[in-house]
Amino acid sequence: MTSWLPAEFHVRIDHARCRRCKRCIMNCGFGTLSFADRVVADDRKCAACHRCATFCPEGAITIERNALAFKHNEHWLPEYRVNIIKQAEQGGMLLTGMGNDKAYFSYFDHMVLDACQVTNPSIDPLREPMELRTYLGSKPEKLEFAMEDGRLVQKTRMGPQVRLDVPMIFSAMSYGSISLNAHRALARAARECHILMNTGEGGLHKDLYPYSDRVIVQCASGRFGVDFDYLNHSAAVEIKIGQGAKPGIGGHLPGEKVDQEVSETRMIPVGTDALSPAPHHDIYSIEDLAQLIHALKEATGWTKPVSVKIAAVHNVAAIASGIARAGADIIYLDGFRGGTGAAPTIIRDHVGIPIEMALAAVDDRLRAEGIRNRVSIICAGGIRHAGDMAKAIALGADAVGIGTAALIAMGCRVCQKCYTGNCSWGIATQRPELVRRLDPEVAAGRLVNLVRAWSLELKEILGALGVNAVESLRGSRERLRGVGLSDTDLKILGIKPAGR
Amino acid sequence: MRGEFPRIPSGCSISGIMDTTGRRMTGEAVIKSIATMHDRSNGLGGGFAAYGIYPAYRDHYAFHMLYHNQAARYDTEEYFKDHFVIDHEESIPTRPVPTITDPPILWRYFLRVRPDRLEWAGGPDRERDFVVSVVMHINTGIPGAFVFSSGQNMGAFKGVGYPEDIGRFFCLDEYEAYLWSGHGRFPTNTPGWWGGAHPFCLLDWSVVHNGEISSYGINKRYLEMFGYKMELQTDTEVVAYLFDLLCRQHGLPFAVACRAFAAPFWKDVDRMPEEERAIATSLRQVYGSALINGPFSFIVATGRMMVALTDRIKLRPMVIAQKGDLVYMASEESAIREIAPALDRVWTVKAGEPVIAELGRGIVQ
Repeated sequence: MTSWLPAEFHVRIDHARCRRCKRCIMNCGFGTLSFADRVVADDRKCAACHRCATFCPEGAITIERNALAFKHNEHWLPEYRVNIIKQAEQGGMLLTGMGNDKAYFSYFDHMVLDACQVTNPSIDPLREPMELRTYLGSKPEKLEFAMEDGRLVQKTRMGPQVRLDVPMIFSAMSYGSISLNAHRALARAARECHILMNTGEGGLHKDLYPYSDRVIVQCASGRFGVDFDYLNHSAAVEIKIGQGAKPGIGGHLPGEKVDQEVSETRMIPVGTDALSPAPHHDIYSIEDLAQLIHALKEATGWTKPVSVKIAAVHNVAAIASGIARAGADIIYLDGFRGGTGAAPTIIRDHVGIPIEMALAAVDDRLRAEGIRNRVSIICAGGIRHAGDMAKAIALGADAVGIGTAALIAMGCRVCQKCYTGNCSWGIATQRPELVRRLDPEVAAGRLVNLVRAWSLELKEILGALGVNAVESLRGSRERLRGVGLSDTDLKILGIKPAGR
Repeated sequence: MRGEFPRIPSGCSISGIMDTTGRRMTGEAVIKSIATMHDRSNGLGGGFAAYGIYPAYRDHYAFHMLYHNQAARYDTEEYFKDHFVIDHEESIPTRPVPTITDPPILWRYFLRVRPDRLEWAGGPDRERDFVVSVVMHINTGIPGAFVFSSGQNMGAFKGVGYPEDIGRFFCLDEYEAYLWSGHGRFPTNTPGWWGGAHPFCLLDWSVVHNGEISSYGINKRYLEMFGYKMELQTDTEVVAYLFDLLCRQHGLPFAVACRAFAAPFWKDVDRMPEEERAIATSLRQVYGSALINGPFSFIVATGRMMVALTDRIKLRPMVIAQKGDLVYMASEESAIREIAPALDRVWTVKAGEPVIAELGRGIVQ
């Protein structure tokens, strides 16, 4: 049956410029372009990933939104009409990739940072030291010392701490959802920047074992790729309970993306769908989580911090408190803007809460209970730039996780078609001819540049704030002001309005 | 008026004198010293802390109180009676000084914790925690009442005015102490409030501070986790509470606590010998929220010690001098030379490195 759906985009080819080199046809992962005397486009297949336009040597390609007008209706937006047509034709759940793209209110965009004037000097990061180093892990409430033979001796033993030179990590993106070359790039960049990458739930390819001191290995409900070796090739171990893009939902890796290498790494047969269950079937309550945390600590000889990743949901503060008390060293909060390789659109767009609110509520709750020292907080889900990072740190995060931003650095244009496995940029695909085009060396270089750029910007922000260590911004909500927020919003965020 | 102000940034002058043998001197020297730095303050705040002034009540908690009205005084006294035995109370003696106008009610009490209350609080080990909770309660729970100081054999004298005028107003030339610290304030946009002047005190801690604490937001939230309440909206307050938390509650040695407040830079930590590096790293990891960031120099005192500390890139001045058993600390050398022209030794402190003078031992670091 021919679909009644209109094309979303029009691919315009300037045939006067086109030299018919067919590079665009080769580059398109979606099979949009073909050659019939000249390059022709099947507009319905175009995802606006820009790969063809980027690599056309003549600049002959432009991609436009299909101007086909829908009768204006503020309630029945074209998107909803299109979705209904899709479902009427196919009878299935709609799938999508990347994070929630709806026009929800952005709290990040309604908070502004402070700067020094006169009474306290700002600090120039080009001339003075500016410290971003951050340690992830559980800290004791206090340290005890003793004098022995006139020497100061530390009596308190610290639990495992993982050092970050910039308070950011690459968020969990599994091998399977993204390509091995993408994983290689993330691992190399994490090492060079001395930050961390996160395997996601798809295991760690053996080729990346040499990078293990810069890797968070995830143990999710499907237990894909989890064994003793895997757990011990890590800087930290993470139990994935939830994901911001799809709270309460398991993982969805279509069988098309499970090739030989993915199969070996995930420890599942080639071509099978890798569907991780919605809950961990050995975690039906907080005490079960405590057991798994301890089991993972035992398995790794108590040498690695254990993180628990949860999606930001209504009751996130109480959940986080329980996680801290269950023995986790790190809480990884993923907000509703967080990305995904594949999720039901209806879940991605309508479940979960903004990360700013979740983060503020969790940090407040842990402080109210006097247990903030016990855990580090990583905040992720839609961090777009160093300003978001600084604001998240001021709200109380120890570090931020970036997924989508890292993908964009590698070439991604956020076309949201990750779940199809056709990523023209060689990132969210396992098709060898596509994967091959992502050079890990080049992609790692771009990631390193991104981390460096953000770290320079964060240093400028700290300098303007008159502090020379990121600890002095962390949780310092006094340095934030709200613009255009309601009293309730301000109260939850724990900040004052601008002008106060 | 408390709690209605925005946080007030300020520049300042500070000066401290300690006789490390415990010999006492009048307040004249410290007044003269701070008066030398007149231009560093603007008449909106001055104050002094004095140690050793109440030998007759050396084991009592000497509460110096500010009241905005009689009702606050009655409420506070009721509260005191409920928690302490009041062995002596009186109005704090003052003399008229033309520039000091509209003073609040100033009263002092010499208190012992009621034995039954002490038992409820958990016994003698908890006595100081009990007194801290009383201070927090008065400052936050009794409108119009504010605790200037609550230590033993010490007291704070402060108000709105130039410090030399405040010193004369409180008749400090008639007190004798072995340790004096003084402060002249240059606040910006402040309504005059006596409680906002320095020193800030809690138990035996007193802090006089020049600078602004840019990390105030997180220092405050960190302290709140341990039950401290920052109602004065002045960043100096956090310094007193941080010392109380790290040194008294957590038992860290003074010098170690100073390494948390003005932590060495990572580039220096990375070059330290292993054991020292491990300690510096742990301190930073555990007490990162207690790092005091922004321009500051302060003098912190207790009954036994006087400590000078600056921020780690030294954005505020601090000079130390020694003459026999006397140790001087001040924002400017002139403030020391004015009262002790011939000195054995004068030097400026290094950024972030504490200078500690101890009773009976002299300068120990």
